[in-house]
Amino acid sequence: MAILNIEPNIAQPDDFYEALIDMHRDLDAEQSRMANAHLILLLANHVGDEAVLREAMQRARALVPTSSDASRSPA
Amino acid sequence: MANVDRDYQGLAFDYGRSPDQDAGVAVRHPVVVVGAGPVGLTAAIDLARRGVPVVVLDDDHKLSVGSRAICFAKRTLEIWDRLGCGDPMVEKGVSWNVGRVFFQDERVYSFDLLPDSGHRRPAFINLQQYYCEGYLHERTAALPAVDLRWRNRVTGVTPDAEGVTLEIDTPDGPYSLRADHVIACDGSRSAVRSLMGLESKGRVFRDRFLIADVRMKADFPAERWFWFDPPFHPNQSVLLHRQPDNVWRIDFQLGWDADPDLERQPERVRPRIRALLGEDADFEFEWISVYTFACLRMERFRHGRVIFAGDSAHGVSPFGARGANSGVQDADNLAWKLALVLAGKAPERLLDTYGTEREYAADENILNSTRATDFITPKSEESRLFRDAVLRLAKEHPFARRLVNSGRLSTPATLHGSALNTPDADAFGGAMVPGAPMTDAPGTMHGRPAWLLSCTGDVFTAILFAGDRGFDAATIAAIRALGTDGIPVKVLIVTPAGAAVPGADGIDCFADDDAVLARRLDASPGTCYLLRPDQHVCARWRTFDADRVRAAVARATCND
Repeated sequence: MAILNIEPNIAQPDDFYEALIDMHRDLDAEQSRMANAHLILLLANHVGDEAVLREAMQRARALVPTSSDASRSPA
Repeated sequence: MANVDRDYQGLAFDYGRSPDQDAGVAVRHPVVVVGAGPVGLTAAIDLARRGVPVVVLDDDHKLSVGSRAICFAKRTLEIWDRLGCGDPMVEKGVSWNVGRVFFQDERVYSFDLLPDSGHRRPAFINLQQYYCEGYLHERTAALPAVDLRWRNRVTGVTPDAEGVTLEIDTPDGPYSLRADHVIACDGSRSAVRSLMGLESKGRVFRDRFLIADVRMKADFPAERWFWFDPPFHPNQSVLLHRQPDNVWRIDFQLGWDADPDLERQPERVRPRIRALLGEDADFEFEWISVYTFACLRMERFRHGRVIFAGDSAHGVSPFGARGANSGVQDADNLAWKLALVLAGKAPERLLDTYGTEREYAADENILNSTRATDFITPKSEESRLFRDAVLRLAKEHPFARRLVNSGRLSTPATLHGSALNTPDADAFGGAMVPGAPMTDAPGTMHGRPAWLLSCTGDVFTAILFAGDRGFDAATIAAIRALGTDGIPVKVLIVTPAGAAVPGADGIDCFADDDAVLARRLDASPGTCYLLRPDQHVCARWRTFDADRVRAAVARATCND
């Protein structure tokens, strides 16, 4: 049951992507982490719907490769 | 009226030999309260006012040493108002409603905990614990049913089916007592709890905090000021609170690696305070303490005839002022139930609902306290990153202010889902759902300004809204009959400004002059709210029906 919209929703994806990378221009790694944190909070408030946010968090976390993933045998 | 300025901290109470010590047998008492702190004294006062004789045992002979708990919440003051000792607390205490948050060298935002008027009491007062205990102690002195025994240390607790045997040590040697019920209000290191082999379990936080209470002339406003990562105490938090007598509470986060013995040395504390106040600041130390904390609770608060209340039953971090305040609410919840059970008007299982309701409230307090602690003391780099991001956003972005957590300050639990509530059958808006502690409102009674909460409590009270025409004779007769039930229900008729209720002589009428109460209760003519003796809503209807009121009283007392 997907509540989170994972279909294309950004009209000009290349423009958005360029802007996202641009946001980090001239920032060191620590500053970039800060900017990302601000961005996440701003967007989360804009979305507002807690179920959508929780699903996005789950998907974001599930995609992180972990050592246990690597050793898990196929089901 | 008490002399609110006595040196309560210096008072020492005499040990007095009780006739029970010469009786040769263990004398039986209906209720023994262990611990004469804010919770034990509140419980004793509440029970004594209901005609229940109470023995209070305390292992010491002094009031609180040091300021300790200082923030007493609106709901706690309302409970003490009901018990007749709210006035000296508020007269002496520093009333405040506003909290202000700083991040690094900037003011981030402020919040008002009581934005609307029309409440008798402020969101909080700050008051040293020894004053609070002093005023409660003076209240007990006016109640002959309270038998307070200083320097009586409990050394043995043996419950059985009929009661509890207590072994007690005194300066004159040991003696025994029998109690129908024991209320253990003997604090976080409860002797009763350990004598019974019971535990309070939970999460210990790896952080240390320094409390410095200093006496000084300063012109900070009566607000709660909280700094995250200020220049004068980098990477840690600082909390400033004003107390009476020009005493200021300054609470410095130190981190887990701090050495508590070293950090409580005045020569070590002085430069920390000068960094906050300036190099030429002039102050004296009142009390210095280094503490750690844990969020924990007993699995069950009722163990047969031994009932735990306050810190013995549950513990939280101090951010949020949920310790003493929740303990006083424990006492408020327990006293009327225990009095009904002792009078044979309710079955003993009513006492189980003390456990379920207050365990629920403790869980709410622990959840709030744990979340605040995780914000104040981030446990990982990412947690710290988001904490700082929230604080940086908060200044210009209103949404982020809701995420800042410098302690979610004590509000009483709404007892959602309690078995004592009668679920709504009619539609209502607003916050006064079954289980909620009743809100206050201003009005007029007997021609004089009055507060709603002062007109309710102690007994079941039905708040009944009249229209401009009052009620017919049959309704008035039904209202009068409720007052003569085995568990009486007092009816408080609420009238619109200037309206009279014909034939209601002898029934209390509260004029809702500005319709504040009708608005807060989403009430229309005929609406009836039933309050328990502790002023929590237990049922409400759009129309009055005495039989439904009786059924709701039966449900709220386990007599259904």
